Amino acid sequence: MDQSHSQEFIQHVINGVSLGSIYALIALGYTMVYGILQLINFAHSEVYMVGAFAAYYVGSNKYLALTEHQGVGALIVLLIVAIAACSILGVTIERLAYRPLRKAPKLNILITAIGVSLLLQYSGQIVFGSDPKLFPEVIKDVSLFKIGGVEVHSLDVTILVVGTIVMLGLHFLVQHTKIGIAMRAVSSNEMVARLMGINVNRIISFTFILGSSLAGVASVLVGLKYPKIDPLMGMLFGIKAFVAAVLGGIGSLPGAMLGGVLLGLCEEMVVGYISSTYRDALAFGILIVILLFRPAGLLGSVQREKV
Amino acid sequence: MKISRHCFLKIRSAMPALSLALVTVLALALGCTKKPTNTNEILVGEFGSFSGSEATFGQSTSEGVKLAFAEINKKGGINGKQLRLISLDNQGKPEEARAAVQRLITQDKVVAVLGEVASSRSLAAAPVAQQYQVPLITPSSTNPKVTEIGDYVFRVCFIDPFQGLVMAKFAALDLKKKRVAILRDVKSDYSTGLADVFATEFKKLGGEIVADESYQAGETDFKAQLTQLKGKKPDAIFVPGYYTEVGLIARQTRQLGMTAPLLGGDGWDSEKLSELGQDAIKGSYFSNHYTTESTEPIVTNFIKAYRDAYGGKTPDGLAALGYDAAGILIQAISRTTEITPKNIRDEIAKTVDYPGVTGKITINEKRDATKSAVVVQVDGKVNRFIKTIAP
Repeated sequence: MDQSHSQEFIQHVINGVSLGSIYALIALGYTMVYGILQLINFAHSEVYMVGAFAAYYVGSNKYLALTEHQGVGALIVLLIVAIAACSILGVTIERLAYRPLRKAPKLNILITAIGVSLLLQYSGQIVFGSDPKLFPEVIKDVSLFKIGGVEVHSLDVTILVVGTIVMLGLHFLVQHTKIGIAMRAVSSNEMVARLMGINVNRIISFTFILGSSLAGVASVLVGLKYPKIDPLMGMLFGIKAFVAAVLGGIGSLPGAMLGGVLLGLCEEMVVGYISSTYRDALAFGILIVILLFRPAGLLGSVQREKV
Repeated sequence: MKISRHCFLKIRSAMPALSLALVTVLALALGCTKKPTNTNEILVGEFGSFSGSEATFGQSTSEGVKLAFAEINKKGGINGKQLRLISLDNQGKPEEARAAVQRLITQDKVVAVLGEVASSRSLAAAPVAQQYQVPLITPSSTNPKVTEIGDYVFRVCFIDPFQGLVMAKFAALDLKKKRVAILRDVKSDYSTGLADVFATEFKKLGGEIVADESYQAGETDFKAQLTQLKGKKPDAIFVPGYYTEVGLIARQTRQLGMTAPLLGGDGWDSEKLSELGQDAIKGSYFSNHYTTESTEPIVTNFIKAYRDAYGGKTPDGLAALGYDAAGILIQAISRTTEITPKNIRDEIAKTVDYPGVTGKITINEKRDATKSAVVVQVDGKVNRFIKTIAP
């Protein structure tokens, strides 16, 4: 009996980390845009949805028929397609909807973000059709090895590996490259950054490209793990990822990763040991409690109001 | 104080514009209600989820309804009058369903209303039909409460207790299962209805419910619940949800290494089920309203007509029920001497042994349909007919 309990627990941990790393990838997009513009980009979850559909169409039997060429190569093709589609969409949204409002009160741009999100959700239903679609299976789900009597599947490993690579890459980009320094400069003080000769518009566009690309990666990983995609798929994941971003400290990149994994694990444990009815109640309960004790989130720093 | 006065002045200066807008809206609204009514037409309303996550339900039903209308109109209509269908989308939301029925009755002045698939939306919309005394036939809402709303609400499908009973009997007597776990969608009246009846009936037949876990429609990750189920070692899992989630549930069940068959209800009925579930859903069973494998002429004729009309698509159970709901309504209208909602209601209530695609339908005193159910087994794109279970 004891052994089966520990097996169950390990299974829950594996499930939770796998779910959490997807939350983390989407949360990074929210957090980056917030770090630079102090804007909660509600359209981010729809960018993620469009990425999944782009990969679906290119990978489907009509074009590349990737289900017949399973393997890492096919996965990379899907990732590139989703990243490209998301980047283009993300940067277009920024250019057409957010940039004209940059000088307007913050509330206006927030409402625009909600508007863009709804626009994409409902146009998605017209363009893609609202019935669920089957995402191409490019990685075969086989059990690879066992930890404490629990099978670990190739999909979970793929998600973890791809997620880790992308996050390490992001960390390197932000901390050790010129453009990363420029991003951090714009984030800490836009006006001074401009005086230092940084092209702020270009950096903001780049941030949107980067954030949207992460959403693209997440969309393919989700497509593999839960191969049912539909135009409303962004809503739930988007809100959860947003919670994860706030939990870790919005604006903080390591915070988003930590928040994502933490939320994934918590949800999994609650559903496993209490009841699935409390899943969302818990997600938002955690949010409230953390914000009560640490208003800036787990790893966020309290920002002084800029004058 | 100064601020509030300032605001007030602002509002006052906006008054002319506001009142103009109000007048325009009113004029438009009135314009809509004064639509010229064509006396050579009988207007029937339909509401359904044509968009949203359950869009295939609404679309299938509507295709069945439209086929029945097209057939009667081709034959010259009812006493020379053509039937015209007005379809409104409710996006899968109960509040929109209510608004749609309100509009159909008060603005479009329909004599009868057809819809909805989901019990939650029928429950939201049917009170409107009852209030205005216009008959409403739901093709496939199986929750018992729907027709309890009033004497103008009918259904042509069987009800939840019956489906729960059918699957409990099938699991205990045909599959000889002893330990069954339940995984229910807690947000859906339909799912909890089926799950409750299944649990009671299965226990009566000597079986044991080893676990009763829940999920919510729209979720994609069910591993936590399934991991809990796995620990209880069930030999079958009853998942009375909709195909949108069942496909993924089946996959994740198999990923966790469970091989027990899944059992379900008519919410599974969609071509998408096997597409989403692939090999994982193969061999599982669900109760349904009809089977395409039937050899009865009424069924084969329907399938042929449907395929001709919709580019070779095979009708699912919802299309068949939509077709039967429309058929019963058409027959009721043709029996009336004068076409009024009240007369149509009385005639629908008198329906006995209507030869429908989904079986012989009799409307009982509770305005529910008395008919049999079939159990089918998922086998790729086709659902193999296993057994008919009578009430």
